[in-house]
Amino acid sequence: MSLSFQDLILTLHRYWGAQGCVILQPYDMEMGAGTFHPATVLRALGPDAWRAAYVQPCRRPTDGRYGENPNRLGHYYQYQVVLKPSPDNLQDLYLGSLAEIGIDPLKHDIRFVEDDWESPTLGAWGLGWEVWCDGMEVTQFTYFQQVGGFECRPVTGELTYGLERLAMYIQGVDNVFDLRFNDAGVTYGDVFLENEREMSAYNFEVADTDALFDLFRKAAGECERCLEAKLPIPAYEQAIKASHVFNTLQARGVISVAERQAYIGRVRDLAKAACGAWLERAAG
Amino acid sequence: MTDFLLELRSEEIPARMQARARNDLSRLFAECTEEAGLQTGPIEVFSTPRRLVLIARDVDEATAARREEVKGPRASAPPQALEGFLRKTGLTQDRLEERDGVYFAVIDRAGRPAAEILADTIKRIVADLPWPKSMRWGDGSLRWVRPLHGIVAILGEDIVPVEIDGIASGATTVGHRFHHPGPITIGGAADYLEKLQACHVIVDQEERERIIRDGAAEAAKAAGLTVVPDEGLVVENAGLTEWPVPLIGRFDADFLDVPREVIVFTMRTNQKYFACTNDEGLLAPAFVCVANIDANDGGEAIAEGNARVLAARLADARFFWEQDLKVPLEEQGKKLGGIVFHEKLGTVADKVERVAKLARWLVETGVVKADAKQVERAARLAKADLVTGMVGEFPELQGVIGGYLAEAQGEPPAIADAIRDHYKPAGQGDEVPTAPVSVAVALADKLDTICAFFGADLKPTGSKDPFALRRAAISSIETIIRNGLRLGLTKALRGALANRAGQARDADPAHRLDKTADELIDFFADRLKVQQREAGVRHDIIDAVFALGGEDDLVRLLARVAALQKFVETEDGADLLTAYKRAANILKKEKWAGTDASGGSELEPQEEALISMLDDAEPKASASIEKEDFAAAMAALATLRKPIDDFFDHVTVNDPDAAKRERRLNLLMWFRDAVNRVADFSKIEG
Repeated sequence: MSLSFQDLILTLHRYWGAQGCVILQPYDMEMGAGTFHPATVLRALGPDAWRAAYVQPCRRPTDGRYGENPNRLGHYYQYQVVLKPSPDNLQDLYLGSLAEIGIDPLKHDIRFVEDDWESPTLGAWGLGWEVWCDGMEVTQFTYFQQVGGFECRPVTGELTYGLERLAMYIQGVDNVFDLRFNDAGVTYGDVFLENEREMSAYNFEVADTDALFDLFRKAAGECERCLEAKLPIPAYEQAIKASHVFNTLQARGVISVAERQAYIGRVRDLAKAACGAWLERAAG
Repeated sequence: MTDFLLELRSEEIPARMQARARNDLSRLFAECTEEAGLQTGPIEVFSTPRRLVLIARDVDEATAARREEVKGPRASAPPQALEGFLRKTGLTQDRLEERDGVYFAVIDRAGRPAAEILADTIKRIVADLPWPKSMRWGDGSLRWVRPLHGIVAILGEDIVPVEIDGIASGATTVGHRFHHPGPITIGGAADYLEKLQACHVIVDQEERERIIRDGAAEAAKAAGLTVVPDEGLVVENAGLTEWPVPLIGRFDADFLDVPREVIVFTMRTNQKYFACTNDEGLLAPAFVCVANIDANDGGEAIAEGNARVLAARLADARFFWEQDLKVPLEEQGKKLGGIVFHEKLGTVADKVERVAKLARWLVETGVVKADAKQVERAARLAKADLVTGMVGEFPELQGVIGGYLAEAQGEPPAIADAIRDHYKPAGQGDEVPTAPVSVAVALADKLDTICAFFGADLKPTGSKDPFALRRAAISSIETIIRNGLRLGLTKALRGALANRAGQARDADPAHRLDKTADELIDFFADRLKVQQREAGVRHDIIDAVFALGGEDDLVRLLARVAALQKFVETEDGADLLTAYKRAANILKKEKWAGTDASGGSELEPQEEALISMLDDAEPKASASIEKEDFAAAMAALATLRKPIDDFFDHVTVNDPDAAKRERRLNLLMWFRDAVNRVADFSKIEG
């Protein structure tokens, strides 16, 4: 039988743990992508070697579909691996992980298709690919060039697996809620369907926009206070918070196109300042 | 002489960059070897996702030895001059030759072995190949499109030694990533292609393209279908595979409810699949994907997997489509007030308002013969699809989606078509709308865009045209000409400017509007020249007609241009042009401004003939122009040819009799001005 959702995670943990990665637990804050985790953003800066792997729950309020779409979720999991400096055999290591979870590359068509990554809110970009398995994007594979506006030296290699998609592929199911979560009869839907319904309703209909605007301002202010106190980690946390509040405001449809750029710019400035403070402290 | 092989092996190179990289590789290699004086025969270049390859035939083993002579100072020159020369050449004085009191440095340059030059060439290629985007990796400082892992460099049978950032050249490469991941030793240019082919790598991109083109056609044919040819996809898939295997897959026919463009777009852009049609030419629920392996199950799992991915995408598209169908476009249109068109130009709702007004004006003034109510409705619905889920997912399909929704929601075909086509022509070679309602909305949309941006002082400058206004002007021109629209452009542009100024409650005085309108006319004139030049019209002819000024009806203007070009290419025309230039030169030389003198005594017969012909031809030409019968105007001019030639042959303009001179200069001026009323002949070359 193919891997259950939780065994997929455990298999990847074992595999990347054996490659010298520290296996971290999810960061306890709301964020839109595994990249936002300080173990990626902050550790990608500066000269020190670093290897880590972790699962990160991602919240994308605008992608919520009340649990009615078989492929879209407002909350899902990414499996994130970072290796710094990126080793010469990174592609082979990655392909080894696919073999580990049961994908035979002589039966399935694995491809590296150009996809350059950019995060305007983090002031970060890199070059790489989306990895296709039989035409499905299963991983984002990136060599970071800049984070927080700073050059990455050495370069971090980042692998982001879309866990639900990968599991759907391995298990051969067409609806994410039908995924086997474990081998004891629990499905993904049993765990998360109600979450999707309620969170979609909250994000699209209920969230108090005035309170959110206020939260955004407060997080930005708190970030600046932390920067003044030369505390890059809490400053960065507040930038993540502001970013998530902004995402929710977008889902509520209260940010116009013109304002959008200004908000993204504000978050980017906060994230950049936190990255700068982190580098300064590292240079000590 | 012997052959040289270079393989630069890296992680996957983006498909879209490979063609240019091959050209650059070939160019850099030729430049470097030529500079070094190394002779080579033909150069071939290849690419796969993981390698850039160059094979140069018949490379000389070394460059020829050369003797160079450098002339130095005179022997009698001060010692500083000699010192400087020795420093420059790096020689000592005893190595100089003295001839006729002048020092010469004679430098023998030995021939350089080819391997040495090739090693330098490789270094320069890796340093200078201009990738659109390049990157660093690991803790190195080398830049390449993706991490560079291997260099195979073999001249004849010998490795050309070179090391770049820790990567040493050798004879070892690898085969297909999955079929043959182990090392392969290459003997040289002679066995490279075959050895790789044996390891599941087809190095020659044209061969891969052929396999994809033919294989896709065959796979479709075997299923009783026809593949929709798409060379762009052929090349892209060849850039994504080292061992291409086309496979047919199917999707649920229920998805065919979704607009065809959406299905084809998803397949092409998102998945790089070829579309298939059935024997009626309709889209079939099937696709051809191109795998990169000879799968051990014959490709069944791959086809099935791809079908599932496509089904998920189409299910998503159908979800949006069904949602969108439920909301009338008119309702959607109400949300446009929330979308900023441009920060200085208000919302999309504001734009729709202006387009509707201008489109209606085009109909009411008789420029476009269409039903004004239909035009206004089409204009008001044209942008409504921008807020649909479908266009949110597939922004490239704006207009197309609106057209489908309008049709499904019961709008008349003329309106649905106008919504679909109002962005056209979107680029060179794109279809120009011809249905009247479509023409009115399409033209109004573009004129409004151009005027709105000009009005806000956001004009194209130099190579910068961020809002594609030049393209919009050319599209407008194409629409006007193709449909023979009799439009006074100045009035239309002024109207469009005033629409925007009114919305913006722009209190600026009318003279600023006039200035912008003048700039716009010049802008259109420039675009028209570009567009006509591309259509093969002589630029001097265009200038000759433009120089008359005051003409803003493009159809009339181009009719005149066409008649003029035809005329000056006849013998009568060429001859008349010569006579015109002669007359104009005399007048210029005399700085003649004209007087009242005419006629008088002792008229030569040639003078009389010319006067009588001008009396006849000038009003004829004017009347013909009035009637827009430009061929007749040219024919009227042609009647002047003989009398003007006779005049020049028999009459002296600069007669010693001042009165004769005066009246003859006036006659020439009359002739010149008469010709100029048809076109400014001074602009015409020849």
